[in-house]
Amino acid sequence: MTDTALSLRNVNKSFGPTEIIRGVDLDIRKGERHAIIGPNGAGKTTLFNLISGRFPLSSGEILLDGTRVDGLPPHRINRMGLSRSFQITSIFHRLSVFENLRCALLWSMGYRYSFWTPLWRQRELNEKTSLMLEQLNLIWRRDTPAGLLSYADQRALEIGMTIAGGASVILLDEPTAGMSNTETDNAVDLIRRVSKDKTLVMVEHDMKVVFDLADVITVLVYGQVIASGPPQAVRANPAVQEAYLGSLAA
Amino acid sequence: MKKQVTGQGTTQAWVWVLALIAAIAMPWVFYNYHTGRQSGFVISMLSQMGMMSILALSYNMLLGQSGLFSFCHAVFFGIGGYATIHFLNLAGGGALPLPLEVIPLLSGLSGLGLAIVFGYMATKQRATAFAMITLGIGELMTTAALMFHHFFGGEGGVNSNRVIGHSLFGFKYGPAIQVYYLILAWTVISALLMLYLTRTPLGRMANASRDNFERVQFVGYDPRMVRFLQFALSGFFAGIGGGLYAITYEIVTFDALAAPLSANALLMAYIGGSAAFGGPILGAVLITLLQSGVSLMSNSWLVYVGVLFITMVMFAPQGIMGLLAAHGPIVRAGRFGRLLVPYLRVIVPALVMVLGFVGVVELASFLTIGAAQGKSLVLFGSKIDEHAVMPWLAAFVCLAAGTFWFSIEARAFQRVWDGLMAELKPQRSIA
Repeated sequence: MTDTALSLRNVNKSFGPTEIIRGVDLDIRKGERHAIIGPNGAGKTTLFNLISGRFPLSSGEILLDGTRVDGLPPHRINRMGLSRSFQITSIFHRLSVFENLRCALLWSMGYRYSFWTPLWRQRELNEKTSLMLEQLNLIWRRDTPAGLLSYADQRALEIGMTIAGGASVILLDEPTAGMSNTETDNAVDLIRRVSKDKTLVMVEHDMKVVFDLADVITVLVYGQVIASGPPQAVRANPAVQEAYLGSLAA
Repeated sequence: MKKQVTGQGTTQAWVWVLALIAAIAMPWVFYNYHTGRQSGFVISMLSQMGMMSILALSYNMLLGQSGLFSFCHAVFFGIGGYATIHFLNLAGGGALPLPLEVIPLLSGLSGLGLAIVFGYMATKQRATAFAMITLGIGELMTTAALMFHHFFGGEGGVNSNRVIGHSLFGFKYGPAIQVYYLILAWTVISALLMLYLTRTPLGRMANASRDNFERVQFVGYDPRMVRFLQFALSGFFAGIGGGLYAITYEIVTFDALAAPLSANALLMAYIGGSAAFGGPILGAVLITLLQSGVSLMSNSWLVYVGVLFITMVMFAPQGIMGLLAAHGPIVRAGRFGRLLVPYLRVIVPALVMVLGFVGVVELASFLTIGAAQGKSLVLFGSKIDEHAVMPWLAAFVCLAAGTFWFSIEARAFQRVWDGLMAELKPQRSIA
């Protein structure tokens, strides 16, 4: 209907008397790679929690492909094609890497709550899962319980589970946090590959990653958008320089 | 790697096939050639093991597979039992033209029906709130069983006759041995179905919501729905267990749905090992052995069950199956031989310690309950006076010395074990 994948209209969120998100308006076009940056405590993760349905809004509207999704539970929003990752790795730690990815594929492939379908005989599902393992470079960890993976591998799995279901809008919350330089390069490479033809929104602290990946950057400070636009424009914006990039620009 | 995994799977399958053959053969091992009959005690114990295995396995659909602590699981076992008594009465009266073999299916459906109702309430929550709600449901149903005489028969319960004269295979089901094989068949069917369930989308998502209920939502699943379906299905299998109970004893009282049986289900699943599918069966067999075997010899058998439970929770939270599985890599590396002597060295002091503990418990129990029952403690044919100092002293010395000796040997064992594990580690990471 529109070429806007995700749209936020005057979104507000308070916890008690504390206003965390204050009147955010944001339009994210289809196929865009959009980075949300801002100092600690600016409300970036909270914004993700609102979009993905983890927290209810205090006021405002969120539209996914033109349909209102605010007020819906997370699983419903997920089924409508929005998927997110977590800043603190959120995986099924006792299940193997293979099972983790398979779980992330099940709903999108129409298995629902079936208790009569034998998983081991679902050829397409299992092949798709194996393909994901290859894409993530986790094929050698196939049968390892996810909780025993190295940190970088867990992060890769986290991203894999987020994109496995074929969602068209992907939210990544600090996908490279805590990684070494090499690991970060690999992660950026992975994100670039898997977000092809998808709308990507990410929260990221690493400016190199942001300028590497993003088409559009939004700067969030104290729950308000102070600038939004192409990287060069944002970099040149004096308000941004003052509020956030100050030290970098100097 | 892959080959090895399937290899392990086949070995495990063979162990279970052997266990099944043993279960089939067991009544004939205890065949009495003088009377020309199987031992009634053994058959009744084996039957109990069968139904308890179903109960424990179905409980583990919640505990081990979904991470849900339920305190009302016996409710669905019990309702299956009560309903089955009524089904038997109907069938015996000719109003329900069904063979006895399929009646447990109706028992299961009764369990399912009630689990749908209670599951709708309980599974809105998880973790502690869920446990609290199930505790309430358990109490509610126990009270209901005593209040509504028409269906539950009050304190006396309801009874029936399993010889309904209708069988698929022409059996009468008068003799207990025939009922035992019916129980065994239903146990195998139920266990296989429950195993199948663990390998379906629902079973897998139940594991997923056990590990991380929040993430489940972000892969498109409603964790509440997962819990609800898993709860309802576990009620179905518990109902089958209850149906077999009713067929065996031909009487069902509120004991069949009350809290102690729910606690038993938990004990069996936990002691056997809730992480492995077959663990609860081991637990059911062990607890039933203690219940029927040790309870004959001792008034204080519940003390032993309790101590066993505490010991397992503290030292082997993975249960017996977990202990066995921990030996897997060592056995496969062909190094189990190196554990034999260390094992011997812990088992001897452990036996002394257990002997001392049993001595103290039994002396105490004969001082109180035994005296009230007019019984006296007899050991190796000689009477032991529980008021004398010597037996008490001997028991305490055994307990204290055994514990001290055991703690030393246990530490030595731990060193050998850690050493073995360290040796095996590099090999495992290559695999």
